[in-house]
Amino acid sequence: MGFQFTEENIARVNKAKSKYPTSLAAVMETLWIAQEQNGYISEEVMSHVAEVLQIDKVNVLSVVTFYTMYFQKKMGKYHIQVCTNVSCMLRGAYEIWDAVKDKLGIENMEVTSDGKFSLEEVECMGACGYAPMIAVNENFHENLNKEKVLEILDSLK
Amino acid sequence: MEEIRIVLPKIPDYHKIEVYENNGGYQSAKKAFNISTDEVIDIVKKSGLRGRGGAAFSTGLKWSFMPKTTDKPKYLAVNGDESEPGSFKDRQVFEDNPHQLIEGILISCYAIGAKTAYIYIRGEYHKWIKLMQKALDDAYEAGYVGEKMKEKFGTDFYCDIYIHKGAGAYICGEESALMNSLEGYRGYPRIKPPFPAQRGLWGNPTTINNVETIANIPKIIENGWEWFSSIGAQKHPGTILFGLSGHLNKPGVYELPSGILLTELIEKYGGGVLNGKKIKCVIPGGSSMPPLRGDQLEGIKMDADSLRDAGSAIGTAGVMVMDEDTNLLKVLLRITKFYHHESCGQCTPCREGTGWMEKTLKRLADGNGTPKDLDMLESVANNIEGNTICALGDAAAWPVKFMIQRFRNELEEYLKPEIILPVKNKVHSMRNTVNPLSTILR
Repeated sequence: MGFQFTEENIARVNKAKSKYPTSLAAVMETLWIAQEQNGYISEEVMSHVAEVLQIDKVNVLSVVTFYTMYFQKKMGKYHIQVCTNVSCMLRGAYEIWDAVKDKLGIENMEVTSDGKFSLEEVECMGACGYAPMIAVNENFHENLNKEKVLEILDSLK
Repeated sequence: MEEIRIVLPKIPDYHKIEVYENNGGYQSAKKAFNISTDEVIDIVKKSGLRGRGGAAFSTGLKWSFMPKTTDKPKYLAVNGDESEPGSFKDRQVFEDNPHQLIEGILISCYAIGAKTAYIYIRGEYHKWIKLMQKALDDAYEAGYVGEKMKEKFGTDFYCDIYIHKGAGAYICGEESALMNSLEGYRGYPRIKPPFPAQRGLWGNPTTINNVETIANIPKIIENGWEWFSSIGAQKHPGTILFGLSGHLNKPGVYELPSGILLTELIEKYGGGVLNGKKIKCVIPGGSSMPPLRGDQLEGIKMDADSLRDAGSAIGTAGVMVMDEDTNLLKVLLRITKFYHHESCGQCTPCREGTGWMEKTLKRLADGNGTPKDLDMLESVANNIEGNTICALGDAAAWPVKFMIQRFRNELEEYLKPEIILPVKNKVHSMRNTVNPLSTILR
């Protein structure tokens, strides 16, 4: 059996559908729910989402491949996102980027062999006044320097 | 200039519904529902409120474009995609004053006749989406939103508000791309006309307003348009949430009257430049707006008209300050890389142009450029500007064009002098030859 939404998540998908006049419009939220359950959006997930929403699979594919926050492969338990856009860059984001890369030994969009960390260079996250910043999964860490970032990485078990 | 707080009042726990209620919350909506929709639009028009999302278009006028007689459902979309580098103000509204935003949405929906509103929030704002959802749930529970409104406010009008979570695409901050994204498609901007007020969400009349714009509405209804129009710059009244970032001692979001001096903003509120250095460059309205030279800043006021006259634009009021040691070539490369990454790919000038600008700037930053490359970059930028469906093309072109115009000497420091070589294969290296074309082809 391939990917199936849990009962609870089916209820959430139905709630999402009720927000819009078409079920296609619920595709983004449904994919968020799917990513939460499965960790990433595989082809199986896309098929299932299409089935649940009764929309064409190509619609799901086009959305998944357009928006950068839907992962198309399994990422690490901790997904480290380093912003290197201008405001962060002015305050040393590239030093942080290099430090994180060195520490984890991986490149952009790669995963460590133990599956614990993955790394992404992201565009502006909307924390410009509290730069530089990184995000670990959904949490922002702001006003950082190299030492603080390494501390954060060490604290992740 | 004196601080005035409209959108972010200094009241502890203002984000909680009971605190908001105790401070007169949801009374403006009640007041609005008791006057006609035309009057509400008129008040907003007269207040002079202009959109805070970048274009600074009159909000009341935008509302008046919505058809009065139509069988179709009407929609309000609230733009909280906030992805412009240097802009981080809307998240402060979600965090500190969500109920004023909700109340503003209720009044706006009433004015334009919408039964449904969507707040589009960028996907990266997980935390703020949760905070906003919590506030919305509380407002629903208290009967301020949804069908229970009828009872609560004693009117026939009611509307629903939903949050739509984005998933990482700068372009979705463009209003027509936002609508496509809401409908479940890729965030591709649409050709205008038809404008959203004619054919918006699902082909129905739609108004799209920025979060900060909407959050101003309840206070305008409460205190009257005369009050609002007397604050700040006459033609662009009210307060603006300025997002200060870069080489400053005290970066952050500051709510101040429009028309404040840029230098005052930087010195008094931003705490001056780090380590007392001089300013080389300021981008006053988020990364897509034309950058200003450090020696141009004196006397510049922060409102749409003054900044336009000064050769830039207010944009989203994200002020990025760069000190004298900044390598502007690297900054320009980083900005261009961003627009290349975010170009949706529909229009050739933008899709290809942003890529070539990035490649060229990368080569320049690696030390392999000559001043002629700057001319080429300007030409590429000029060929993007105005030739695309949406404004992302312009947003990508402006930094390149104006950075080269205003900082040419500065950029040339990183370049090699023009190479003039007698070369063997003349046809392949015409660009760098001393001989005019005619002598080669002869």
